[in-house]
Amino acid sequence: MDPELIKDCVHCGFCLPTCPTYVLWGEEMDSPRGRIHLMQQHVEGTPITPEMAGHFDACLGCMACVTACPSGVQYDRLIEETRAEVERVHVRTPHERAIRGIVFTLFPYPRRLRLLKLPMRLAGRLRPFLARVNPSLGAMAELAPPPARRVRLPARVHARGPWRATVGLLTGCVQGEFFPGVNAATARVLAMEGCDVVIPAHQGCCGALSLHSGYDARKFAKRTIATFERAGVDTIVVNAAGCGSTMKDYAEILADEPEWAARAAALKVRDLAEYLVELGPVAERHPLDVTIAYHDACHLAHAQNVRAQPRELLNGIPGLKLREIAESSICCGSAGTYNLFQPEAARELGDRKAARVRATGADLLVSANPGCTMQITASMRRGGEEPIPVAHTAQVLDASLRGTAVPG
Amino acid sequence: MTELLAGRLREVLPDEAVITDPVRLRTYECDGLTYHRATPGVVVLPETAEQVAAVVRLCQEFRVPFVARGSGTGLSGGALPRSDGVLIVTSRMRRILSVDLAARRAVVEPGVTNLAITEAVRDAGYYYAPDPSSQQICSIGGNIAENSGGAHCLKYGFTVNHVLALELVTPDGDIVELSAMDAGYDLLGAFIGSEGTLGIATKITVRLSRAPAAVTTMLAAFTTIEGGGRAVSAIIGAGIVPAAIEMMDALAIEAAEAAVRCEYPAGAGAVLVVELDGPEAEVEAQFALVDRICREAGAFEIRVAASAEERQAIWKGRKSAFAAVGRISPAYIVQDGVVPRTALPDVLAGIDRLQEEFGIRVANVFHAGDGNLHPLVLFDDAVEGEGERAELVSGRILDLCIEHGGSITGEHGVGVDKARYMPRMFTDEDLDTMQLVRCAFDPRYLSNPGKVFPTPRLCGEVPQVRKGPHPHEAELF
Repeated sequence: MDPELIKDCVHCGFCLPTCPTYVLWGEEMDSPRGRIHLMQQHVEGTPITPEMAGHFDACLGCMACVTACPSGVQYDRLIEETRAEVERVHVRTPHERAIRGIVFTLFPYPRRLRLLKLPMRLAGRLRPFLARVNPSLGAMAELAPPPARRVRLPARVHARGPWRATVGLLTGCVQGEFFPGVNAATARVLAMEGCDVVIPAHQGCCGALSLHSGYDARKFAKRTIATFERAGVDTIVVNAAGCGSTMKDYAEILADEPEWAARAAALKVRDLAEYLVELGPVAERHPLDVTIAYHDACHLAHAQNVRAQPRELLNGIPGLKLREIAESSICCGSAGTYNLFQPEAARELGDRKAARVRATGADLLVSANPGCTMQITASMRRGGEEPIPVAHTAQVLDASLRGTAVPG
Repeated sequence: MTELLAGRLREVLPDEAVITDPVRLRTYECDGLTYHRATPGVVVLPETAEQVAAVVRLCQEFRVPFVARGSGTGLSGGALPRSDGVLIVTSRMRRILSVDLAARRAVVEPGVTNLAITEAVRDAGYYYAPDPSSQQICSIGGNIAENSGGAHCLKYGFTVNHVLALELVTPDGDIVELSAMDAGYDLLGAFIGSEGTLGIATKITVRLSRAPAAVTTMLAAFTTIEGGGRAVSAIIGAGIVPAAIEMMDALAIEAAEAAVRCEYPAGAGAVLVVELDGPEAEVEAQFALVDRICREAGAFEIRVAASAEERQAIWKGRKSAFAAVGRISPAYIVQDGVVPRTALPDVLAGIDRLQEEFGIRVANVFHAGDGNLHPLVLFDDAVEGEGERAELVSGRILDLCIEHGGSITGEHGVGVDKARYMPRMFTDEDLDTMQLVRCAFDPRYLSNPGKVFPTPRLCGEVPQVRKGPHPHEAELF
């Protein structure tokens, strides 16, 4: 933990109301200001106690505090360094170790994740039993979306109409395996807007899952960089918020290896909505008679500062009505692996978000991150009522561009 | 002692609402003023007035001091804990209990943030008027303790003008209600601004104000701070009461620019943010006048916010200014003093002289309309002796305010930080009179001791003056 970064905090407290755990529990040590104070204590020589580790673990890493901070504290870097330190020195309970083991040997590997689909279908029925064995297993079973048929995307999708650009598409792990329709829609939208879309096979994980939990993400980062270099593209479009924010940080993650850092810096990473707005619309928009609530994924709004672009794209569709969700800057509780490792807090945040989504009266929720989609859907289902369907921005655009019905 | 007390506290509060772990306790060691630190003996997080009262009664029983804290954003160390005492944190008492638009009032718990009240009624066309710069996080309970102000207090008054009734826990642990309608002594008025020395507010009835029909926010840039000062005097002199007139000097602008990219005009030695509100015709007429006055005073650029977003952008620069200074200086002291508006130029010149004499930079941000200065004294705590020099400059600035007939605090309160300056402003007789009020509420000197007053005097505060043991004392020992 860099003491210089800690010193940037002037203790003003402007981060408190934006922090999901402070909103839930109202405790100083579960706020960004309090956690920075704990980091300071550790730097001054206090060992990481189980209590201290608990407060770091409870941080969702949503980065809402980074947006709110007037002093420019780089909390994102601080918490990543802290998590790595916690993993290095703090001994976790056997339970915690087992769950982390399952997640980190399965999730970042699409092929292994694929094997998980059948057991997950069964797990749905076993959920009450699993929840008793371990709350994290229960959460996993609850979050799993209904199985989707695998979509094999072509290696290259050609631009419709005049060519405007060539881009690479990151297919992601969870996005690709659980929401294959989103990748297909993304490729179609890009093609209809005049892009040649290059989709390398066997992409693997971008490293987001590891990075956000204090594990080494460099192996994943290098592999992803090499994959897209081989594919001959310098712009990568990403439709999962968590992946995009990690990939934008590659140069920093690989800072100790200058050659790799330079290669990382040569790649342009763009969120889909960000890219489409930069490119400007050319394809015809067909009207969609739908009322949409747009959910700000933390790794899009806070980590990448992408808020206006998705709204601009959605508002550009004739007939579509856009509603804002109250407390839109507060995390839904998904936060990468958070809902698996901290199921109770995630559940509270999920319920809070679900209630505010329902209050909009929208027919469709739009979320640009697979984790949020699973989390909010599970929370709405838990509420007893039929969940509002959830779609990705790409799917709504796809429907408008092709003149078909909105999915969901 | 602490363990015994903690055990008793756990009888009246849920386990997790009593914090005794040393690592956790330390996160409560200071509020927004980090210069003073003390690790509290115990921290409690009550959720009801009854729990607060039970905690206070236990403190009385154990004869330990207690300090109330809301969001911990205060700038005078008013919520500085006592290492031998209990810190009562109201951050879990954050329910808006009722809103009555017809009567224009809302009843809230003390941990509700200032801005949350406005957010709850904004769609209906109302708002809660006092607006400290930390309004998104500072608690209404803390606002009451400090009688907080904000940019718009020039026209609309301070917290005391917007609180209609209170439920509070007295230092004896009784739950009492005070109202602005009460006959007899204005105890509500006495309580607001008492900085936690007269008890803890547990339920607050606030006045809701109707949002003005029209609002115009303008930014006027001047090459010198004197130009800005001339404009302020001329505006007030013309009989206009703007909703706010705020001034920032070049250093403060630099900080805000670094923090929030507010894009204030380049090359400005000072900017004025002037906000006019009221009926449309009135705002229009006043705007024309203010625009002319600013130009005559030397404004080289005037911008008018064309939308709510632009208005927010102008304000964002101003409201982020304190914390933003963290971008241009490793450490700083936020000062809060008041001078008669006419003395502004002299005092600013005096601050300039202090900067030169001590080699310390001072950024100036102030509520120019009512002469409330917020000089930010910058220093590097890694440089030997610089902190002490900054502290000296900070104190000298207060001397300047007093010399010019002003006050040592406009809205941040006395707290622990300025208790020592009280004798510079008040005579012993003045201070004794104030302390008699405190003694009436808190004869044992347990409610936020060490704040506001420089030394304990009178009644139970000095052991030898104590008239004999309190009835409960015998039971305990």
